Amino acid sequence: MRAACPPLPAPRTPPTLAGDLAIWIFILAELLAFGVFFIAYAFARANNPELFAAEQLALNRDAGAINTLLLLTASYFVVRAVHAAEAGQSRHGARWLVAALGCAAGFVAIKIGEYAAAFSAGISLSSSTFHMFYLSLTFFHFMHVLLGMVILGALWLNARRGLYGPHNMNGIESGAAYWHMVDLVWLILFPLVYVIR
Amino acid sequence: MKYKSQAVAMPYFIAAIGLFVAQIVFGLILGMQYVVGDFLFPEIPFNVARMVHTNLLIVWLLFGFMGAAYYMVPEESETELFSPRLALAMFWVFLIAGALTIIGYLTVDYATLAKYTGNDILATMGREFLEQPLLTKIGIVVVALVFLFNITMTVLKGRKTAISVVLLLGLWGLAIFFLFSFYNPTNLVLDKYYWWWVVHLWVEGVWELIMAALLAFVLIKVTGVDREVIEKWLYVIIALALVTGIIGTGHHYYWIGTPEYWQWWGSIFSALEPIPFFAMTVFAFNMVNRRRREHPNKAAVLWALGTGVMAFLGAGVWGFLHTLAPVNYYTHGSQITAAHGHMAFYGAYVMVVITIISYAMPILRGRACNSPKAQVLEMWSFWLMTIAMVFITLFLTAAGILQVWLQRVAEEPMSFMAVQDQVALFYWMREWSGVVFFIGLLAYVASFFVKGKEQPAGA
Repeated sequence: MRAACPPLPAPRTPPTLAGDLAIWIFILAELLAFGVFFIAYAFARANNPELFAAEQLALNRDAGAINTLLLLTASYFVVRAVHAAEAGQSRHGARWLVAALGCAAGFVAIKIGEYAAAFSAGISLSSSTFHMFYLSLTFFHFMHVLLGMVILGALWLNARRGLYGPHNMNGIESGAAYWHMVDLVWLILFPLVYVIR
Repeated sequence: MKYKSQAVAMPYFIAAIGLFVAQIVFGLILGMQYVVGDFLFPEIPFNVARMVHTNLLIVWLLFGFMGAAYYMVPEESETELFSPRLALAMFWVFLIAGALTIIGYLTVDYATLAKYTGNDILATMGREFLEQPLLTKIGIVVVALVFLFNITMTVLKGRKTAISVVLLLGLWGLAIFFLFSFYNPTNLVLDKYYWWWVVHLWVEGVWELIMAALLAFVLIKVTGVDREVIEKWLYVIIALALVTGIIGTGHHYYWIGTPEYWQWWGSIFSALEPIPFFAMTVFAFNMVNRRRREHPNKAAVLWALGTGVMAFLGAGVWGFLHTLAPVNYYTHGSQITAAHGHMAFYGAYVMVVITIISYAMPILRGRACNSPKAQVLEMWSFWLMTIAMVFITLFLTAAGILQVWLQRVAEEPMSFMAVQDQVALFYWMREWSGVVFFIGLLAYVASFFVKGKEQPAGA
């Protein structure tokens, strides 16, 4: 008599990528661009630690911290929107997207205030190497927040029309992945430029 | 040929190849003048030969792009061209204006040409690559606008595809950025600053969109891969090209009087410029590997793969060589730049135009592809020209490294002209490679006249 066969392993589903492959290639390229920027920052800082430390102290860390919270909260709302869409409640998800857009708008407002203060203090791209990096990195990121908001806005329009559901997740997942990238970059940028000494 | 009006592409392609031959003839004259300074002097001075060599390149590539658009847009839009007669009329306007300009360069001295063509009304002449007289520049704008009107109307009345939208974006960008050639501030720094808006934003911006669209079109045709897959790649490539290329302009702003931050911005963004070219290489090979049919036009497939590889090497790798500010501090405006310029233009734009010509020309002549005999000759020309260009690039790179060392790094730097004598051996070798290139080009032209058993169209 033969021993009973061990039970067959459950059929494995191939790992799937949330969102479109194209958006992931784009995200990787964006991360690479920021990565190169961060490395350049590290080199410049290593050559001039005193200047960087002194001028870093003058930055508004509270504004940076509040902005970090805003972006993280926006990311949380985006996750809720994706879950709602997955549960077939696209219209419900639209409300979460509005909340996320609100947080993003808050980020933009605080950032504009920060820039206004910096410019009135005479800070410019040419005032020092640190200021060059501070303005370039944050502005480059700022533009990504704006693009992210455009994308969230498009998702909101579609979600409101009930477009997303368990069988149509590609668009909302792609947009959400992009937004998380924007958030992720800030999570590196903020400590690097504002905090670490 | 699916639409009758696609036939207007043919004269554009023929003119492009004719001007290409002329460009290489002047290239050979110029290469000789590097080592035999008074060669053909005073009939064709160095500065005139250089101007003709570079201007012809730009003009024949424009002929190629326009021909490509006239061929592709009806097929993509699934409708006849808005106005084939307008397209043909513009062909003659452009050809005659171009010929008159070249004759002007060769027969009168530049200052006289400037006087007779209204440069005192609006001074636009005297800048590298934008040497054209005011009248020619206006002519280019008129031809470009009529051309854009024609193909835009065609796209609007027919099917809109990603390829035609990207192509239109590229061509409109080409026309819009050319307008900066009319802006010529007296401040030399500002002059250069905006000059690059034409030169850089053409070749490292909007032309890349045109290239990607041409390549995507030919790949769809010769591989039979789903349009959806090809379009996705197209979007990724153009996004990468624009993200890196626009701010990458900064790599021209080192040491010319612009603020220092351009050294960082230029270095960082242009260091990423090889990525879209690498994506194009992967794209071309990936699509050909996934092909669903064996297209009988093997030569066109070879050019398509070749342009992917050579654009990455010439524009991507050779561009990266001297794009970082600390490196460029030494290499700025040396023969390294010339090496990069030659391989980048050949790999990206010459080869992509030949790709579309190679694919479309047999169809325009009423057959799916040329006879095997003609194709073999065309493939020979591919290898001759491509290998010759690799050697031109390598010799110029060697000359450049030596030049930078002797002129800028050595303990006792030598003067520019003294260094030119020192690197003459490399210039000779470059000239001989140029001769091989020219032989390859003649073989290419000859391949159009080789008869043999042909496959009928629609096969």
